[in-house]
Amino acid sequence: MATAEHKATLAKSELGDVLREMLLIRRFEEKVEERFRAGELPGFLHVAIGQEASAVGVCRALEDGDVIASTHRAHGHTLAKGTHPNELMAELYGKQEGCSHGYGGSMHLYDVERGNMGANAVIGGGLPHVTGAALAFQMRGEPRVALAFFGDGATNIGTFHEALNLAQLWQVPAVFVLEDNKWAESTPESQHSPIRDLSDRAKAFGMKTLKADGQDVEAVYKTARQALDHARSGKGPVFVHLDCVRFHGHYIGDPQVYRDKDEARKLAETRDPIKLLREKLKLSISDEEFEELDTEVTEMVEASVEFAKSGTDPAPEDALKNVYA
Amino acid sequence: MPELTYREAVRDALSQAMRQDDGVFLMGEDIAEMGGSMGVTQGMLEEFGKERVRNTPISEMALAGAAIGASMQGMRPVAEIMYEDFLTLAAEQVVNQAAKIRYMSGGQLTVPVVFRTQGGAGWSPGAQHAQQLEAWFVHIPGLKVVFASTPEDVRGLLWSAIYDDNPVVFFEHRTLYPIKGNVPQEIEPIPIGRARVHREGEDVTVIATGRLVHESLKAAEEAERDGISVEVVDPRTLQPLDEESLVSSVKKTNRAVVAHEAVTRMGFGAEVAAVLQYQAFDWLDAPIERVGAKFSPLPFAPVMEAFVVPHAEDVLTAIKRTVGKA
Repeated sequence: MATAEHKATLAKSELGDVLREMLLIRRFEEKVEERFRAGELPGFLHVAIGQEASAVGVCRALEDGDVIASTHRAHGHTLAKGTHPNELMAELYGKQEGCSHGYGGSMHLYDVERGNMGANAVIGGGLPHVTGAALAFQMRGEPRVALAFFGDGATNIGTFHEALNLAQLWQVPAVFVLEDNKWAESTPESQHSPIRDLSDRAKAFGMKTLKADGQDVEAVYKTARQALDHARSGKGPVFVHLDCVRFHGHYIGDPQVYRDKDEARKLAETRDPIKLLREKLKLSISDEEFEELDTEVTEMVEASVEFAKSGTDPAPEDALKNVYA
Repeated sequence: MPELTYREAVRDALSQAMRQDDGVFLMGEDIAEMGGSMGVTQGMLEEFGKERVRNTPISEMALAGAAIGASMQGMRPVAEIMYEDFLTLAAEQVVNQAAKIRYMSGGQLTVPVVFRTQGGAGWSPGAQHAQQLEAWFVHIPGLKVVFASTPEDVRGLLWSAIYDDNPVVFFEHRTLYPIKGNVPQEIEPIPIGRARVHREGEDVTVIATGRLVHESLKAAEEAERDGISVEVVDPRTLQPLDEESLVSSVKKTNRAVVAHEAVTRMGFGAEVAAVLQYQAFDWLDAPIERVGAKFSPLPFAPVMEAFVVPHAEDVLTAIKRTVGKA
């Protein structure tokens, strides 16, 4: 268990890495969009372009042994939690080398060895698992925390309320991270929630709540760290409310007829977490160095596509494996 | 051999597993001080404490889901769903999550959780406290489904369910809790997927579950007076199903009746009948009879309730029909 003191904020020396990680996620998801549109990727895909700071800031704050549950918009969380882009891309291509061995796909990304308890295609589906995992840690006296990611749409579903209620009642070491991008698929928050501050929902259970700008990776890290320390020290669960922006549609190919195009463009200009961090690092990272970084992660992404394409297709009858232990 | 009630047998399996293994714990509504709405967990709070006999809010999604999450982290939780009608509230977690997590993760995770629940008519609670919903869950790949009908079976099967690495939906029948039966001194785990022949016979096989096992045994005695020799087989686990035992019994008797308390239409008996007609077609001398509840919600008035659900005389009528003596 690391001490909170020296890790309460991101060190300046780490920010280059953080930028690199966010850029890797961005380029990875842009590539996923491109390959999907080219007809290479089966299924139903959701990218989190614009929300990289949340994934990277939160996952950096986790300790070894901590676990996460993710959502249908899971690529960023999965990469930030340590899954190699090759394994993630291979999963999106339905290959045995994929992080779920071709059984999961984009909405069911698992990497148990790295503490990823799974993405979930049912909104709010993973929240009770986080309460339960945290209960297991509490009962065994282990200094571990279970953390759930979810969006504002999930705050309307029963599992959200039941999982938070139980977590607070039992004071388990759980952190609930709301990535509030103001959209539940195509439905804006004004149409899906009668209250404007979704933290109030956690407050109603008596839960400690923290807020941060989800586009500012340093703020996200600092807040997540605070939440994790609180939960880990046995003081109970924490609700972390991140103000986020979803740049693209709900799914790849979503024409977003429901959304003001100018507003989306403006947000991409002013609230891009990568641009924002780059601005901050202007003095320490030159344009040239940024280009190098970009080239490096772009090559990693290209390599992941090559890895995935040359991966092994499961045999059709492999479908009947793993149904039971 | 000691004698236990069905209720005590469930309690004994839970208690012995909890004594042996710190990872086994109970969660459910009213299970601690009250000892469960059926009295199954009475006295367990005193022995194991409130951490392991854990009262939950009335919150089936979280109760089921938290049990799943704890099981994904190496615990063996037993979640009590007070009435199987309330499994519908937990269905998302049981059906979309527990049943599929191992599969979706490509075999990385196991979900060793037991959802214990009970139901059954005979006491007029009306439409929302006595359904028999096992057919819903046998239809879901990834779940195992157990329905035990005797103290010995419920004890040995619950033990196996707790130590199974898969999610198990474990059905108990409300009216069976007070019945008594001999059980082995030590728990003998009963393998999941093995049927039990309760009574051997030559003329017709009755395949029955839950309360209908007892009703079928009564019907078999009656039938014997009319010179009909009846074999009664309880599959005990509905998923996986011991097809071999059922088929071999029918190949011997050449006639089959399938009996359960759940609604007949689209019920578990339909699947059993399909298995039998396909694997024992040439041995069958008569159409397979099905006995189950009529196609209506459970009514309140006792006379209507008794009319809707099947009893020994319904099994007897089916037996007589299949041997051509109706």
